[in-house]
Amino acid sequence: MSPPLREAGTRPLAPAAGLPPLPAGRGGMDLAEALASALSALAANTLRAVLTALGIFIGVAAVIATVAVGAGARQQVMQQIESLGANLLVIWPGTVRQGAVRLGAGARPSLTWDDAQGVVEEVPSIVAASANIRQGLQVIAGNQNWATTIQGADPDVFVVHDWVIEEGRPFTAEEARAGRKVAVLGATVAEMLFPYENPVGARIRIAATPFEVIGVLGRKGQNAQGMDQDDVVMIPFWTARRSVMGAGRVWSRSVNFVSLKVAEGEDMRAAEEEVRALIRQRHRLAPNEPDDFNLRNMSDVAATRDASSRTLSMLLASVAAVSLLVGGIGVMNIMLVSVTERTREIGLRLAVGARRRDILAQFLIEAVVLALLGGAAGVVAGIGLSHLLGAAAGWPVLIQWDAVALAVAVSALTGLFFGFWPARRAARLDPIAALRHD
Amino acid sequence: MRDADAAPGPLLVETEGLTKHYAAGEGTVAALAGVDVAIPPGAFVAAMGPSGSGKSTFLNLIGCLDRPTGGSYRLMGEEVARLSPDRLAEIRSRRLGFVFQSFNLLPRADALANVELPMIYRGVRRRQRRERAAAMLAAVGLGERLHHRPNQLSGGQQQRVAIARALVNGPDLLLADEPTGALDTRTGLEIMALFQALNRSGVAILMVTHDAEVARFAARVLRFRDGRLVGDRAQVPADAAAALAALPAAPAEAA
Repeated sequence: MSPPLREAGTRPLAPAAGLPPLPAGRGGMDLAEALASALSALAANTLRAVLTALGIFIGVAAVIATVAVGAGARQQVMQQIESLGANLLVIWPGTVRQGAVRLGAGARPSLTWDDAQGVVEEVPSIVAASANIRQGLQVIAGNQNWATTIQGADPDVFVVHDWVIEEGRPFTAEEARAGRKVAVLGATVAEMLFPYENPVGARIRIAATPFEVIGVLGRKGQNAQGMDQDDVVMIPFWTARRSVMGAGRVWSRSVNFVSLKVAEGEDMRAAEEEVRALIRQRHRLAPNEPDDFNLRNMSDVAATRDASSRTLSMLLASVAAVSLLVGGIGVMNIMLVSVTERTREIGLRLAVGARRRDILAQFLIEAVVLALLGGAAGVVAGIGLSHLLGAAAGWPVLIQWDAVALAVAVSALTGLFFGFWPARRAARLDPIAALRHD
Repeated sequence: MRDADAAPGPLLVETEGLTKHYAAGEGTVAALAGVDVAIPPGAFVAAMGPSGSGKSTFLNLIGCLDRPTGGSYRLMGEEVARLSPDRLAEIRSRRLGFVFQSFNLLPRADALANVELPMIYRGVRRRQRRERAAAMLAAVGLGERLHHRPNQLSGGQQQRVAIARALVNGPDLLLADEPTGALDTRTGLEIMALFQALNRSGVAILMVTHDAEVARFAARVLRFRDGRLVGDRAQVPADAAAALAALPAAPAEAA
């Protein structure tokens, strides 16, 4: 058989003649093409895409909001630790046994001014100490008066608690020794008694005793228990004992608490044990006797609170993780549906020269774009939600940008991970069967 | 001795013992049971036969959409029977163009974007793609409808878009699977006239059809039965343009 054929013309064929030549190499689909194609495929089914991305949206928003709230709480705790004074140890009188009867804390004057002096003299890692007594009293200045806490303290109290002197000066060791009637006002007290003038140099009366205001403290704000730390008047310890809070106990050396500053870089635990040993020795406690005082590392207290807020964050973060997982499964589901719906399209793309990896890339990119759109919307919503929580519930919030970046990365990875199987399924379709699919 | 061996230059298509078995239940079914065929460049060949005769399997194998179970297949002198799926995709991209009965256009994309698609997989830059696609659509008579979507085009126009798409990469061979199967007589004749014009300008065409009315426009007819080639006959093709002119006047095709 010799078929009489039309003799072939030469290529390029006439309709394409005069067109720019095709590139010699094989390029394959570029990323911009793939992105445009993914977006148009998603746009064709907007509602479905939105619903699918919802899971990831919620997950990412939850991650960002919880991390922001957690970080805000942590930052607040850190500020509180700082406002207490860094490297702070506090001793207060403990319970005392009388036979089988345990008396309440402070029932006996078990802690004295001399304990504070002893610690700072004998424990090298303690750089400063202050013995303190406190009492709530009325303070009068001109025609203003205010009920506040009077704290009798040693001059080092400003060092121990990291108090800043905003105006004037702190009282000196000399003034403390001499029992001078000088006072340093907390910011709140200064505001209440002297709303319009500078209090330094003014005279006030504390429980009828006249004092000279020599300084005003910087503001610290609330402590961890929500008490205003600035609602205080600092006066020298022995002045307080003899002139203000005496009431028949003017020679008592007992104190409400002793605060100690551990030297920078010293091990807090070791310092704590040294102090404990010294006080036990000073109180002549036998080895089997319990402490008659309490000793706390204040940053431990705050750290415990921090740990509990961390636990809460972990819990919320796992909720967010579950939400992302569910979102990812949603992406996988919808991508499988999409692959089935577009089987003919896949067959056609294969027929016109798409390689398997082109199809794989197309569907992977679509899944990642879908997940990323959810993630991006989640970022916006998460930041909004954080601020809303901050404003509505009064919680401190701190947007953690590394968490935001992580959430976006995780949503992209979710798309990649859960999109892979549907994409591989698409890439492995038999072109003939795909073209015949209805 | 096969006549084709005497022809100068590489043959467009050359198969020897081309076989395709499919697993069916416990045994296998031979969809194609050893086909030897030689097609020179520039041919216009129709493959005919009842359904199940193997003509579609033959088209799929020649179109590199499928790999034969046995035998050899050389396309432009290159043995392609054992190539990997990705290598086959490359062959399809460079050497082959497809036209289907149901057009298989992307419904969301306009005519221009549909014609651009094969060039995307060849890494052609966007600007060049647009130029070529627009020129190709103009060449098939759709220069005014570049931005119509498939559902805004008639069946004949959709098939023209598909033909433009098949030709845009400058293939050696255009493969058509029942290209007029979904079209009315007049539109089918228009497509055949277009095929003949393309063929005259040098495009080789292999067209599968069960319709003898369509097959008469080809210059050579292969007949399949039970997976075998049972007839290979050259003929003087009927002139589709003349047949079209001879049709009684019909209402103009809806645009």
